[in-house]
Amino acid sequence: MKRLRPSSILLHAGLIVVALVTMTPVLWMLSASFMAPGEASSFPPPFIPGRFTLEHYRALADRLQMGRYFINSMIVAGAVTIISLFFNSMAGYAFAKFRFKGRDSMFRFLLSGMVVPAQVTMLPLFLLLKTFGFVNTYMGAIIPGLASIFGIFLIRQFAGSIPDSFIEAAQIDGASEFKIYRSIILPLCRPILYTLALFTFMGTWNDFMWPLIIMTDDSRYTLPVALANLMGEHALDLELMMAGSVITILPVMILFLVFQRHYVRGIMVGKSNALSQVGPLCADE
Amino acid sequence: MSTEKSYRRIVDRTAAAWLFLSPSLAAIAVFFVVPVLSALVMSFTDFDIYALGDLSVVRFIGFENYRRIFELPIFWSALRNTFYFVLVGGPLSVAVSLGTALMVNAKLTRFKPLFRTIFFLPVVTSLVAVAVVWRYLYHPAHGILNYLLSFAGIAPIDWLGNPAIAMPAIIVLAVWKGFGYNMLIFIAGLQNIPDELYEAAHMDGANAWRQFVDITLPMLTPTSVFVVMITIIGYFQLFAEPYVMTQGGPLNSTMSIVLLMYEQGFRWWNMGFAAAIAFVLFVVILIFTLLQMALQRRMQ
Repeated sequence: MKRLRPSSILLHAGLIVVALVTMTPVLWMLSASFMAPGEASSFPPPFIPGRFTLEHYRALADRLQMGRYFINSMIVAGAVTIISLFFNSMAGYAFAKFRFKGRDSMFRFLLSGMVVPAQVTMLPLFLLLKTFGFVNTYMGAIIPGLASIFGIFLIRQFAGSIPDSFIEAAQIDGASEFKIYRSIILPLCRPILYTLALFTFMGTWNDFMWPLIIMTDDSRYTLPVALANLMGEHALDLELMMAGSVITILPVMILFLVFQRHYVRGIMVGKSNALSQVGPLCADE
Repeated sequence: MSTEKSYRRIVDRTAAAWLFLSPSLAAIAVFFVVPVLSALVMSFTDFDIYALGDLSVVRFIGFENYRRIFELPIFWSALRNTFYFVLVGGPLSVAVSLGTALMVNAKLTRFKPLFRTIFFLPVVTSLVAVAVVWRYLYHPAHGILNYLLSFAGIAPIDWLGNPAIAMPAIIVLAVWKGFGYNMLIFIAGLQNIPDELYEAAHMDGANAWRQFVDITLPMLTPTSVFVVMITIIGYFQLFAEPYVMTQGGPLNSTMSIVLLMYEQGFRWWNMGFAAAIAFVLFVVILIFTLLQMALQRRMQ
């Protein structure tokens, strides 16, 4: 096929080095999680378990409630994904396909909100949810994720490409607005909905600061919070900590590997379009 | 009759639009806009642990919190460390993203999707989990990193224990974790550059370096501005890495603005004070964003 030129060899050598640097921490984590206690901190550091053991996973499941944290993460990330998908898709559709007074200025107002760091909201939000009695509840962890500006933006970009004639035809047939949304818009938006679902699920699963604040009792911890907490007590149990990290990382990594097509599209389409939005956003001032 | 009908339809659709918008807008208003405004108000009060139990003890104290912040040595450390992280880590991360994007996107490269996926994998991992992993990689006595460096004759380095090295160590982790994201955006940008430009330059006898400087970089400018902007906004929010790896130490060398805000607000419950810290962060991010936008406008 192609002749191997020096530049090609250099290029691929570089790519392989970067790939090794990228993968080594992840592979070492996986490998160390199967090592016997203390083995990973011997010298020289071993890369392959001398004796393969599952005892750390067993300890995490039996003694350290890891199954519970896993379920907590599932509940919070799952609920946020489902609810925000409904909220964002309705709003994104409205911004894309309805003409009403104040639409564009409101949308611009929302976009400008993306500059505000989430940390600014956390102190009052905590107090607000405390008065509702939502501290240390799943609701408390779910609420900030109910709607996302980025999600609305992504749907709006995608729904904008749906021809108006589809909607008009349904109106002539006497379909209600909700029916149009449900049986025309949602099916046509399916690709971007998958993308947004993945983004939301992974983002919520990996979220750390807010669940750390709102979940005050360890029975409600999500995996990242539980892991950070575990680090306090079991910092010396290296292999156990690696097993905990594997449990935290693996679900989303598998999800990504299976659905990466959708995930990558979200970045390519969403961000390159966001680019074109930054212009008008500031040109108006 | 037809105008009357279309008029009615517009009215009907407006009502429907607001119905579709209401769940999101209500959620954003109550759980985002109102908290942002409340945080601003809070930052002018002495809201503390006693106020948690009895709101009536809260007093307005004007700019007192801001005055106290600027007198607090640890705030200046946190600000300096955060700027260090942003101004060193941000450009480094963007450079690595651009470099790997060019490599993956090169015509000669085989197995592009494989490399792209591998480079992207750290992006989807939990920051807390990889911070835990890297804490062990950085271990001075039995960490892999020092072991590998020993082959190059480098003496063991106390990565997270040395105040001068702890922040660079965190930057390396952050770059490793995040470069794949911007890499994808750069790849999308590279693929939007028409091949004809390169062909024309080739005919004119421009070498690879000239093509990169005269075509690739200018054509990537809008993408780069965007990438730098989101990277800076993200990097200013440094929190989980120092929380897990160093707790802000050693000697506060990795204390960040957000970590300081968290400790003041949620560990010591000095919530008015913490709100002021959060607003300082907001203003800093806002200034950087406006700078970026002005820069972008000038280039258009």
